Amino acid sequence: MGKAVNRFFGFISRYRRHRFAGPLMLLGGLLFAGVGYTVAQAATEEVQVVLSSDKASLISEGKEIFARGCSSCHGLNAEGAGAAPSLIGVGAASVDFQVATGRMPMADMSQQAARKEPVYDERETAALAAYVASLAPGPAAITNEELFWERDGNTAEGGELFRTNCAMCHNLAGQGGALTQGKYAPTVMGVEPRHIYEAMVTGPQAMPVFANSVLTHEEKLSVIKWIKFVETEPSLGGAALGRVGPVTEGAVAFILGLGILIGIAVWLTTKAR
Amino acid sequence: MSARERIAGGTASFIDERTGAAKWMKKTLTKVFPDHWSFMLGEIVMYSFVILLLSGTFLTFWFDPSMREVEYEGSYEPLNGIKMSAAYASALHISFDIRGGLLMRQIHHWAALIFMAAMVVHMMRVFFTGAFRKPRELNWIIGVALLTLGIVEGFLGYSLPDDLLSGTGIRIAEAIIQAIPVVGSYLSYFIFGGAFPGEMFIQRIYAVHILLIPGIMLALITAHLMLVWYQKHTQYPGPGRTEKNVVGYPLMPVYMAKAGGFFFIVFGVTAFLGAVAQINPIWIYGPYNPGQIGAGSQPDWYMGWLDGLVRAAPPIETHAFGITISWNILIPGLIIPGIIFTLMAFYPFIEQWMTGDKREHHVLDRPRNNPNRTAIGAMSLTFTLVSLINGGNDLLATHFDLAINQIMWFSRIGLIALPPLAFVITKRICLSLQRADREKVLHGRETGRLVMLPHGEFIEVHEPLSPEKAYVLTAHEQLPALEIGEADANGVANPQGLKGKLRARISKASQEQISKPTSKEMLELEDGHH
Repeated sequence: MGKAVNRFFGFISRYRRHRFAGPLMLLGGLLFAGVGYTVAQAATEEVQVVLSSDKASLISEGKEIFARGCSSCHGLNAEGAGAAPSLIGVGAASVDFQVATGRMPMADMSQQAARKEPVYDERETAALAAYVASLAPGPAAITNEELFWERDGNTAEGGELFRTNCAMCHNLAGQGGALTQGKYAPTVMGVEPRHIYEAMVTGPQAMPVFANSVLTHEEKLSVIKWIKFVETEPSLGGAALGRVGPVTEGAVAFILGLGILIGIAVWLTTKAR
Repeated sequence: MSARERIAGGTASFIDERTGAAKWMKKTLTKVFPDHWSFMLGEIVMYSFVILLLSGTFLTFWFDPSMREVEYEGSYEPLNGIKMSAAYASALHISFDIRGGLLMRQIHHWAALIFMAAMVVHMMRVFFTGAFRKPRELNWIIGVALLTLGIVEGFLGYSLPDDLLSGTGIRIAEAIIQAIPVVGSYLSYFIFGGAFPGEMFIQRIYAVHILLIPGIMLALITAHLMLVWYQKHTQYPGPGRTEKNVVGYPLMPVYMAKAGGFFFIVFGVTAFLGAVAQINPIWIYGPYNPGQIGAGSQPDWYMGWLDGLVRAAPPIETHAFGITISWNILIPGLIIPGIIFTLMAFYPFIEQWMTGDKREHHVLDRPRNNPNRTAIGAMSLTFTLVSLINGGNDLLATHFDLAINQIMWFSRIGLIALPPLAFVITKRICLSLQRADREKVLHGRETGRLVMLPHGEFIEVHEPLSPEKAYVLTAHEQLPALEIGEADANGVANPQGLKGKLRARISKASQEQISKPTSKEMLELEDGHH
């Protein structure tokens, strides 16, 4: 055995500088890459086959979660009841927005569903979305390739669109604003781009739907790009004071500005002891 | 004589021989001012005004007061290529491309807020201590004029950058102008040179903001100070302080040092705020476009109470003879502020009418010793505060999880119910404080030391007040209510009739006091008759 190994290494060391050694190695390498690729692709196809069979199981899993966590309000077949709307035809985008931002399931039946820690994890959310999407066609969840806002958006145009379409409820700086009877437009700071997009497509709660005829796909991405710019923009000129405008500015002028000055005036007029 | 003294003396006599200033200077420099922190509030106002003039001049170097449409190409990328007015573009240019420009803009704006805040607090001091009484009524009216001009001036300055937030404010101002019956729409066309927004208003308010109003204010401030100089400063009651003297320090060197130093302190605090706290970030708001609006749009605080009144107004309109009258704008936007400012300006005379006291006063009142005036002040402040709160109702709603409708109803009811309540409560507090003062004068200060007497009784040791302190607590005079009989001794009916009766009632209510210890009571105490 040891003799055979010795002969093998002797063979390599003798012919490694042979003029055919290089092309032979290249050929071997190509062969390895080709075979490896083919095998791998076959394996991937196998995975996809698994996934499509997984889709059915995802839907059934979603149906199960739905029956457990959502049906008490939305009905066993998502047909809606009382305050809870029918979910037939709302699409995967709507489910993803509502569940992944923690709005659904609702914490309480107050004026509107508040953003909170999501109750379901990513897979459960996807299962719910798949189940609801299977009931009737509706806005589908957006893929990452479609949501390439860094590349496809335009910040300046997005700002202009935001001021025209969004600022009347969400505030000029995207800080959110009050609506009637305790409802409100939440702040758009710190929201996942995917969820901003889904909100525009599905119009959750008091928000209108911004269909592609109102804001095209690229325009939606521009809005997202502007929001992300404002979110990450350093506060120019000092502390931002909550970015809510003159109310906090007035409070600071009174408390900090005039407060310090009156304090100094008191000190200046204290009698020396 | 040292070289320095020779030069100083030489300069002084050079000026004196040519202007005769030495005599005037001698008199002026030794003028005495009383010392109290609340007398420096007016100084904060004046110094803020100087800061506003200086920083404002800096801003005019680059500000382009024009509504010409330009396409922005500057350092602030998210607005590149956006169409805007030249005014807004130049405000961005000042903020991002001029060295120190943003700092100056922020100093200018902070100084404006502090200017108005200090003016209001100064006015409160003058009101609550009765410093507006004869002979200072005219100076009070000048002060009210300055407050009004300050509000207008601040509002115009806030509007100049032509950003989306301030444009919204101008739009509301236009609505208020249009609410004036009959002439409103004509007036609006006249002011804006056509339909809103037109192409004129930035140029126009710029001229008014940097020239007309500051000029008038400067003249009024000068008159205000000259009157203070001529009438001499008021002082708080104390031993040795009378209606005929002023106890304090001379202008030179004490007040020169204090006031001069204080100017730099005010400048320093304003510059500090300008350096560390962002104010009016117009680049986030974007350029003004009448088709756009932002939630949570607010005016600066001194306009906030007016905004709050408009927000509280129920939607009432009448249509008659082809004319629409928008009461919902007219009443809160013009009529109520008009009434408030008129009453404020004439308050010195109203008080004279109520009390019948038309004498000169140079010694100030402690607010508790005039419960009626203090209660009126508290009542007015409550009204303004409730409307100011309603001005920020949308922010209160989102930040404190409230419903905007609830806040609005609270304000509507509160605007009517809370001021009278504040009046009653303040008056009661003042009278209680008078009672406490009386106790203190008669029985001394509670020391908190408990002593057990030989027979087992516990008493708290009271320490007699120092004569100075006792003087402060008893120096004020308590005027009797006006006596306006229904008929005189001969049975002739009072010619004033109902008016006289009303005045007698008001006078009686306004003169309600806890009688201060009389000298007889004091003597009895000193004799040991407890």
